[in-house]
Amino acid sequence: MAKLRQCAIYGKGGIGKSTTTQNLVAALAESGKKVMIVGCDPKADSTRLILHSKAQTSVMQLAAEAGSVEDLELEDVMNVGFGGIKCVESGGPEPGVGCAGRGVITAINFLEEEGAYDEDLDFVFYDVLGDVVCGGFAMPIRENKAQEIYIVCSGEMMAMYAANNICKGIVKYANSGSVRLAGLICNSRNTDREDELVMALAARLGTTMIHFVPRDNAVQHAEIRRMTMVEYDPKHKQADEYRQLASKIVNNKNFVIPTPIEMEQLEDLLMEFGIMEAEDESIVGKTAAELAAEAVAA
Amino acid sequence: MAALTREETEALIAEVLEVYPEKARKDRAKHLAVNDPTLEQSKKCITSNRKSLPGVMTIRGCAYAGSRGVVWGPIKDMIHISHGPVGCGQYSRGGRRNYYVGTTGVDTFAEINFTSDFQEKDIVFGGDKKLAKLIGEIDTLFPLAKGISVQSECPIGLIGDDIEAVSKKMGAELAKPVVPVRCEGFRGVSQSLGHHIANDAIRDWVLDRRDNAAFESTPYDVAIIGDYNIGGDAWSSRILLEEMGLRVIAQWSGDGTLTEMENTPKAKLNLLHCYRSMNYISRHMEEKYGIPWIEYNFFGPTKIIESLREIAAHFDDKIKEGAERVIARYQPMMDAIIAKYKPRLQGKRVMLYVGGLRPRHIIGAYEDLGMIVVGTGYEFAHGDDYDRTMKEMGDATLLYDDVTGFEFEEFVAKIKPDLVGSGIKEKYIFQKMGIPFRQMHSWDYSGPYHGYDGFAIFARDMDMAISNPVWNKLTPPWLKPKADETIAELKKAA
Repeated sequence: MAKLRQCAIYGKGGIGKSTTTQNLVAALAESGKKVMIVGCDPKADSTRLILHSKAQTSVMQLAAEAGSVEDLELEDVMNVGFGGIKCVESGGPEPGVGCAGRGVITAINFLEEEGAYDEDLDFVFYDVLGDVVCGGFAMPIRENKAQEIYIVCSGEMMAMYAANNICKGIVKYANSGSVRLAGLICNSRNTDREDELVMALAARLGTTMIHFVPRDNAVQHAEIRRMTMVEYDPKHKQADEYRQLASKIVNNKNFVIPTPIEMEQLEDLLMEFGIMEAEDESIVGKTAAELAAEAVAA
Repeated sequence: MAALTREETEALIAEVLEVYPEKARKDRAKHLAVNDPTLEQSKKCITSNRKSLPGVMTIRGCAYAGSRGVVWGPIKDMIHISHGPVGCGQYSRGGRRNYYVGTTGVDTFAEINFTSDFQEKDIVFGGDKKLAKLIGEIDTLFPLAKGISVQSECPIGLIGDDIEAVSKKMGAELAKPVVPVRCEGFRGVSQSLGHHIANDAIRDWVLDRRDNAAFESTPYDVAIIGDYNIGGDAWSSRILLEEMGLRVIAQWSGDGTLTEMENTPKAKLNLLHCYRSMNYISRHMEEKYGIPWIEYNFFGPTKIIESLREIAAHFDDKIKEGAERVIARYQPMMDAIIAKYKPRLQGKRVMLYVGGLRPRHIIGAYEDLGMIVVGTGYEFAHGDDYDRTMKEMGDATLLYDDVTGFEFEEFVAKIKPDLVGSGIKEKYIFQKMGIPFRQMHSWDYSGPYHGYDGFAIFARDMDMAISNPVWNKLTPPWLKPKADETIAELKKAA
């Protein structure tokens, strides 16, 4: 049996990390791989398409009910869904209270101590909250956890900013451990020359765009039914896209310490592709009244 | 051994600094000084209230200790919740020997540990709901508690719990003050910021609650501020003030109550003993209510007499006469104590390292016994404390701020004082060095040391430590024969 591969999926909030992860994992399971998903987001929406449920009862939710995480058993927190995929949600507080980061740390420690990472598994995927706001959300990429990071992005400006920032975080942990950037997954938003732009960014970051996932409404149709493409409509061309992504990940050997770029370089790249206008330094700090007065004078 | 000269003291500091790496040496050098009593401002010679160096053994506490342990803890008819994991509350429970009168669990609560006992789930989901529930339960179980304070431990600040909102809501619901105190331990460099935060919480949540309430004033109303009644210190102080004709309307905070604090704005004069921990609230009352405040010192007859006269100077002749009457009454008792102990203690040299006011306030009491303080320092003082200290200490004596374990041991080993006065963590180290020691935080389970009564006990205790025959029976390790010599002798004998 091959060694367990642990992968973490990062990316800007709302970019489609959870959808992409679940569709990808379903395709992996279809091909016979044994996979576990660990949702690292208080929203707990990382497993719903696999389990056909609204939101899985999370580790932290159960721990709060039982009194402490020590009172839980592995089978209490783990559900098995489509294709034998094992599903766990770390869970966490409502927005605005408590410490979601600590929830991720507690949940992952619990899974390790309880032996959730058993020998039969081929893959573990961590689906992590969009912004790495504190140490807790970096937990999946610390020593002995995920070694491969995939960043979901699109050709939109903020998605690319986020991808670059995530790379900065990876560098920090890569230098002290075995975590590596494994590629960008472009989840298309149908912007102009999106594939070229993401490929260009990937090149700057020292990696590749591992797959371009085109936009297709069928994904939404599946999602409404709380299903992945592979399960909902296995013959659909979009299901094949996820199968391709899965197979590329299985065969991926391109693991690098990323080379994040400076803000100016990123802006140059965006301007090159016409995403961003060149900045007009002469108007910085001018009020509307001042600009109006200048226009009159001219 | 005679007192060190300026050059010798400077050389001693240089020698002790020698072992540090360069950066640490540069930092620590600023905290060690040779006293010059002619300087007006300490900032010319010593730095204080800075972050301790990583790697050294500092004797400091944290902001939570300053608020929960020092300022709020002794207020006996309130319940102080240690909000966070259990340890902080358990280890700060009833440890400072703040004496009080009352029935524990009925109308006084200082000895009990009230904690929200945070678990993982409270960190992750926040502790606000638990806090509200806990406050409700406290009110059910201890209905006679006059109020509740919420003393924040570190995690509260990290996870951003809104303890102010909970306190407001529960305070309104229970119709008692519920006071949120943001004294998370990681704030500031020592317990000192905790004192300040605690003072501010009293200012914002307590002090004005009876501003418009009826109060039968007298022209002689004073408040004792910054006396924590350790071993009964505030009691042996209070009787002197009362004997001279004043009325003590509040004790802050030793044996103190919520009502006393609320009534303090009615005082005519605030008497401040521990300047460091309660100057903030004294200044506030001066600003808002126009109440003047003075610092006083009730350690040893010389300082007591000075202080009684200074306090009396703020009042009419009746009080002035009262002060003289008190002084005259106790003088024979003081003369007898000094006659008994001074011959035994004359010329004995002391090194101190304590907290808020004692490193300077006790100097006079030692001098009354003919003793000399040759070195002193503070855990958490600011510049204004050293301003005051430098005038009390002799020329070329040693000052050490936030002393490290290493420095303190080295200084004591070199100076070889006849007595060291510091805390429990230091006690056994120096006793094992063969040097008499008294704990000057807890009075070594003795006290009171304040006032005339306190001086009698102080003199007895210092004599008991220094004149104890045990020190002659003890061979310190460095005078014992070395192990290999012993083995050689044993072999020879065999």
